[in-house]
Amino acid sequence: MSRAPLLPVLMLCAIGAIAAATLPFAHVAPNRLLSGIAQRPHPWLFAALWGALAVTAWPRAPRGLAIGCVALVIVALPWCLAHEATTWLAGARATTRVQAGAGFWTMWLAAGLLLLDRLREVGRGWQVVVWVAVTGAVGGYAVAGGFDGIAVVREFHAQHDAFVEALFTHLRLCVLTLSLALLIGAPLGLRTWRTRRGEGVLLGVLAFLQTVPSLALFALLIGPFAWIATRWPVLGAWGFGGTGAAPAVFALVLYALLPVVRYTIGGLEAVPADARDAARGLGMSRWQVLVRVQLPLGWPVLLAGLRIVAVQTIGLAAVAALIGAGGLGRFVFLGIGQGATDMVLLGTLAIIGLALLVDLLFQGVLALTERRA
Amino acid sequence: MRALLPAATLVLLLLGLPHAAPWFHAGWPSLSHPLYVRTSFVALTVSHLLLVVSATALATAIGLALGILATRPAGRSLLPTVRAVAVVGQTFPPVAVLAIAVPLLGFGAAPTFVALVLYGVLPVLGQTVAGLDAVPAAALHAADGMGYGRWRRLIDVELPLAAGPIMAGIRLSAIVSVGTATIGSAVGATTLGSPIVEGLVGNNTAYVVQGALLVGALALTVDGLLAMAARGVGR
Amino acid sequence: MIVFEHIRKEFGGRTVIDDVSLRVEEGEFFVLVGPSGSGKSTLLRMVNRLVTPDGGTVRVDGTDIATLSVEPLRRGIGYAIQSVGLFPHRTVGDNIATVPRLLGWTKAAIDERVEALLGLLHLDEPGMASRYPRTLSGGQQQRVGVARALAARPRIVLMDEPFGALDPLTRESLQVSLKAIQRETKTTILFVTHDMDEAFGLGDRVGLMLGGRLVQTGTPTELIRAPVDDVVREFVGGARARLRELALHPVAERVRPGDTCDGEPVDAAASLQDALGAMLSQGRDRLPVMRDGRRVGTIALSDMVERAP
Repeated sequence: MSRAPLLPVLMLCAIGAIAAATLPFAHVAPNRLLSGIAQRPHPWLFAALWGALAVTAWPRAPRGLAIGCVALVIVALPWCLAHEATTWLAGARATTRVQAGAGFWTMWLAAGLLLLDRLREVGRGWQVVVWVAVTGAVGGYAVAGGFDGIAVVREFHAQHDAFVEALFTHLRLCVLTLSLALLIGAPLGLRTWRTRRGEGVLLGVLAFLQTVPSLALFALLIGPFAWIATRWPVLGAWGFGGTGAAPAVFALVLYALLPVVRYTIGGLEAVPADARDAARGLGMSRWQVLVRVQLPLGWPVLLAGLRIVAVQTIGLAAVAALIGAGGLGRFVFLGIGQGATDMVLLGTLAIIGLALLVDLLFQGVLALTERRA
Repeated sequence: MRALLPAATLVLLLLGLPHAAPWFHAGWPSLSHPLYVRTSFVALTVSHLLLVVSATALATAIGLALGILATRPAGRSLLPTVRAVAVVGQTFPPVAVLAIAVPLLGFGAAPTFVALVLYGVLPVLGQTVAGLDAVPAAALHAADGMGYGRWRRLIDVELPLAAGPIMAGIRLSAIVSVGTATIGSAVGATTLGSPIVEGLVGNNTAYVVQGALLVGALALTVDGLLAMAARGVGR
Repeated sequence: MIVFEHIRKEFGGRTVIDDVSLRVEEGEFFVLVGPSGSGKSTLLRMVNRLVTPDGGTVRVDGTDIATLSVEPLRRGIGYAIQSVGLFPHRTVGDNIATVPRLLGWTKAAIDERVEALLGLLHLDEPGMASRYPRTLSGGQQQRVGVARALAARPRIVLMDEPFGALDPLTRESLQVSLKAIQRETKTTILFVTHDMDEAFGLGDRVGLMLGGRLVQTGTPTELIRAPVDDVVREFVGGARARLRELALHPVAERVRPGDTCDGEPVDAAASLQDALGAMLSQGRDRLPVMRDGRRVGTIALSDMVERAP
C-alpha cells in the first residue's frame, strides 16, 4: 500500500500521450467490409489529458484525486468515442461504420494498467469498489445504448442470436473439457503420486501432447473420429463425427490433462508429510486423510492449476471452430474469411473478456480460500 | 535423443511425402488431388521456421531487455507493472492476439509475426524476472564485496545463474509460436498450417493430415532442440 | 591499516553506529564482537563501501576511502561472509579465481595461486578444483569462501561471521587454519562474530560493540581482567570469563620444570583449559607435562588458580 512509484506512471502516461498524438483514435468506413478512414479528433486535448495524469504522479498529489482521475479517463475514453461516433454518423449513410482504432485501444489499455498500478496504494476493499464503479459506469452506458454507434456493438446487435449461441457453445465446450480433465486428471495424479511410479513417463507423454500445435491435433483427430462414427452409426446419430464437438473436446481434454495432473501432484506435495502422518496416527482411513487433510490443504494449488487450465481452454476452444466445433472462434475465423473486421473483433473481444472474467473469478475464489487457510 | 527422433521424422516426412501420392490415393480414393502441391513442403517448413525463429529472437531480445531493466535498481519500480502486463497478457489467447493484428496490419505474414512477437515476449519476460529474482542474495552480496561492477555482475553472475528459467521461457515462447504460426495461415501467412486450413475449407482430409504430421514433427523438433540447449546452459 | 574516525550511521531514524573510532594496525587480527544488531557488521561493511557512513571517515592505509573508486577498492580487500555466497554455476577453482580474474592475472599465475590456496585450506583432495559448490559440505564450502577471499593476496581481509553456520568441530578446525594463515601472511584481518570464545581465540585484539557503540577494545586478557564496566564484565562472561582466559594460555607458561608425578600426561602446547579438563576427568590436581615425547615437569591446579593481583 505504498505510494505508486514515479517511473511506471510516467511511462504509461508517455505511452498514452504518444498513442494520442500518432495513432488513429477511430476509423470511419462506408460499410462493414471496406476499411475506414483514420480519424484523430482533438489529439492535443488527449495529449494534454495524459500530461495532466502524469502530474498526478507527483508524490504529494492527493491519492484519491489521482485514482479518481485515472478512473475518469477509463470511463471518458469510450464515452468520447461514442460521442464522436454520433457526430460522424449524423447525416451519413446507414451502412457507415465507426470502429475504435489502435489509438483508442492503446490509451484504454494504458489507462487500465495505470489504474491497476495506482490502486496498489489502497486496500483490497477500495480496489474492488473502484473497479466495480468503473465497469459499472462503462457497462451501464453500454446497456443504455450509448455505444450503439460503434461498429462492434452494431455487429453484436445484428448477430445477436448467433452470438449468444456461440457464447453458450463456447462455454459448454470449456465446462465439459474442464470437468472431464478434472475427472480423469485428478485420479491420475493421485494414483501417480501414491505409487510414486510413472510420474516422469506420464508427465512426459502429456508434455509431448501439449507441444503439438492445437490446429494440428484438432486436424489429426478428424480422421479417427470420422472412422469411429461410420463404424458405429449410433454414435454418429448423436452428433459424434470427424468434425464438431467430439474431437474438439477430446483434444481440449488432452491439452488440459498436463496442468491438471501436474497441479494435482503439486497440491498433494504441498501437504506437509507431518500432517499426513499425524492424521494417519489419529486413526483416519486413507480416504479420510484425502478428504479431510489433503484436499483442504492442497486445494489452493489445484485451484491455481484449474485457473491456468480454464484460461488455456477458453483460448484453445477458439481454434476448435476451425474443425466445426462452433463457439466464439467461429466469429473470428468467419470474419477473417469474409474480411469483416467487426465480426472478428466481436469474437475476439468476447474471447478475451471471457478469459479475463474467468481468470478474475478464479483469483477471487483463490483469495477467499487463502484468507480462510 | 528427444530432438533426434522428431527431427529424423521431420526429415523423413519432408523427403517421403512428395512421393507418397499413391498411398494417399489409396487412403482417400474419393479425392482427385490427395497430395498438397501448391507450395512444396520444404518451402512451407522453411517459411514456418523463419517466422518462428525471427519472432522468437525478437521476443527474446525484448523480453530479456525488459526483464533486466525491471530488476535493476533504477527500473525496480516498473516490476509490478511489468508483472501485471505479463499476467494479464497471458490470459489473451494467441488466436485473439492474431485476430487483433489483422485489422491493423492486413493479411499475410505481418500480423502473424507481430502476434508471435507480442505473445512470445510474455514467457521470456516472466521467466527472466523470476530467474533474476531467484539468484541467491549471498552470491550477489559476495560479488559486490569482491568488486564486481554492475554490468559485469549481471553478465558474469546473474545471467548465468538465471539461464535455466530464461531458457525455459524461450522454449515456451518458441513452442507457442510454432502453434500460433500454424493458425497464422488462416490470416494469410504461408506456413505448415496452410495445407491444414485449405484442407479444412475444401474438405480435403489428406491435406489436413499432411500438414498436421509435418507441423507436429516440427514442434517436437524445436522443443527437443531447445530442451537440449537448456540442459547445456543449465549446468 | 584501517582507521575509523567518529563513524555514525542511521537506518530509518535509528542510530546503529554511534561515534565509533578505531584503529586496526597493519598485520593485526582484530575481532569485533557483540550481540546481533550491535552494528558490528555495518561497521565492517563500511571498509569495502558496501555501506556508506552518515558521518566520519574510514581510512585504509591513510587514504580516505570515500575518495577512491569503489570497484578497485573492493578488489583489493578480501571478503568472506557467513552465507559464503559461492557462485553455484562455477567450479571451486573458478570461484577461488574470481578476484584474480577481475584483476586480469595471467592464467598461469591464477592456476598456481588456486593450487596453493587449495593446499593452504586443506582442500587438496584430488579433483576438488573442478567440483561444483553444491557437492561440497558446509565446512568445505566455507573453506572455499575463505580461499576466495584470500585469492588475490589482499593486505586486508574482512570476515563477517564466516564460521557462524558451521558445527563446532568444523568451526574449530577452520579457526586453526585461519589463524595459522594469518600468522604466516601477516594479513590484516577484521573479523566479526557474536561468539566470545571465537573472538578471544582468534583476535590479537578484540573490540566489544553494544548498541552501536564500541564500549571497549583491548587484548582478550585485558577485556577479561579489566572490563571497563559491569556491562562488559557481564558480557565477557562474569566469573566464567576466567575459564575462557585459561583457553588463551598454554600449559608451558605454568609448568613446574623437572618435577614429576602420576597420571596421564598433558602436552606443553595444550591450553590450560585442556589441562584443567584432564585433571577433572582423571580426578587429580596435578598432572605430568610432556614436550616432544619427553616429560618436562608438572602442572598443578594451584598454579592455575592465580591469586588476584
